[in-house]
Amino acid sequence: MTEASEYNFAYLDEQTKRMIRRAILKGLAIPGYQVPFASREMPMPYGWGTGGVQVSAAVLTPDDTFKVIDQGADDTTNAVSIRSFFERTAGVETTTATSEASVIQTRHRIPEEPLTEDQILVYQVPIPEPLRFLEPRESETRKMHSLEEYGLMHVKLYEDISRHGHIATSYAYPVKVEGSYVMDPSPIPKFDNPKLGDMAAIQLFGAGREQRIYALPPYTQVASLDFEDHPFEASKADHPCGLCDATDSYLDEVIMDDQGGRMFVCSDTDYCEARRAAGHKGKDAA
Amino acid sequence: MTPLLSVQGITKRYGAHIGCADVSFDLYPGEVMGIVGESGSGKSTLLNCMAGHLAPDTGQVVFDTRADGPKDTITMSEPERRMLGRTDWAFVHQHARDGLRMGVSAGGNVGERLMAVGERHYGDIRGKATDWLERVEIDAGRVDDRPTTFSGGMQQRLQIARNLVTGPRLVFMDEPTGGLDVSVQARLLDLLRGLVRDMGLSAIIVTHDLAVVRLLADRLMVMKSGRVVEAGLTDQVLDDPQHAYSQLLVSSVLQV
Repeated sequence: MTEASEYNFAYLDEQTKRMIRRAILKGLAIPGYQVPFASREMPMPYGWGTGGVQVSAAVLTPDDTFKVIDQGADDTTNAVSIRSFFERTAGVETTTATSEASVIQTRHRIPEEPLTEDQILVYQVPIPEPLRFLEPRESETRKMHSLEEYGLMHVKLYEDISRHGHIATSYAYPVKVEGSYVMDPSPIPKFDNPKLGDMAAIQLFGAGREQRIYALPPYTQVASLDFEDHPFEASKADHPCGLCDATDSYLDEVIMDDQGGRMFVCSDTDYCEARRAAGHKGKDAA
Repeated sequence: MTPLLSVQGITKRYGAHIGCADVSFDLYPGEVMGIVGESGSGKSTLLNCMAGHLAPDTGQVVFDTRADGPKDTITMSEPERRMLGRTDWAFVHQHARDGLRMGVSAGGNVGERLMAVGERHYGDIRGKATDWLERVEIDAGRVDDRPTTFSGGMQQRLQIARNLVTGPRLVFMDEPTGGLDVSVQARLLDLLRGLVRDMGLSAIIVTHDLAVVRLLADRLMVMKSGRVVEAGLTDQVLDDPQHAYSQLLVSSVLQV
């Protein structure tokens, strides 16, 4: 017997997957609305992507090709362990190439390469409630969502500007979905916010510890909150990638030595590798 | 003339206990109504019923809305009532900490109501917030300080600024001077009197401090055990109390 056949397909039992799929469908029907679901104990700690893993398990089919991104990279602990988890429990094909994957589970990034209608992007979400740190009562935040009372969200941005002179929130930047619900896009950099809207792929958000699922169907209108005189700005480090010389990708800053040496590289490793394979070369490339 | 607020037969019970029973009155635009009585007499219950924080068992609270004229606020939909709560109504809590966001700067506190009604221009919001801080005698240079760094009197004035910034027509006040020392109280009362007169506000002030109503209120209701025992013009009630309890209340004030 192979290892995959010792597990039910994709680890979860069929009833659980059914329950999660129902939550996903409801989430897709009401874009941006946080659907409660009975999150299961997964064989990994909370905060490591238990929500994303459950959503991926519910949407995976044996024909899918699976990719996992952790902060843009395919080769970090979280990405490697989740990828091998589904290799063992579902026996699906895995890949690191964005274009070849049909289901992509991600933590903190949206791939640089535009996604297509044949793909599903699954986000790992630590705190699904955008109003959480402003209003601690769940009963109150739910009421605020249902009545679309989102003045408080702007109080947070106001505080940013009054303290820093500009909107200093640089990740988990709140967005408004189809002019209705305000949603936390998970801790993606605000550089990725413009990609949320009008995306061809289905976007699913799973928060395991908080037991919430929400979703954006393809081609949903998503607007980042801002002030008229302080408009939203998708910011990134003002450098080209040190390895592939890309100027349009989100960059990680890597400290090289104790003398203040640093380099900027694409956080999306697959994008960077593809560009280098195509012959692009940055100033730090060996 | 249409009353701004018309309260009819408000009763609120807590199980077998009476919170307040069968209270009715009309409040006209520009009028300030004082509600006095001892602790547990039902003043705060009545105020919370009128302001929509508590649902009364029976009775009507009819408010003269800008758009649709007189409307019962108890039967209106929750979004409508909450909208009133941040536009035409204001609520000043006894403890400033209940009415302020302590983790948000003074400017953010004042600006919150503006942003809640759709203001989206940072410069305008900040300008109005600064303006209002000055109107309640807080130095404009403290606009970015948190209320935790403010004194009790300043916090109370900040709470008032935060409430009045959207130009409400009716202000509910629950012991606005409670817990402040007398000189700070005097300044706050002076400020409140000025604001109420300048803006033509109507207000309902719940207090056990007769000096407050003497200074601010046009009319007065005296409550005892959940019922209104006497009502009338402030000076009339205070100078010539008819009901035994009102007489007790007036004579209890220590003359210095």
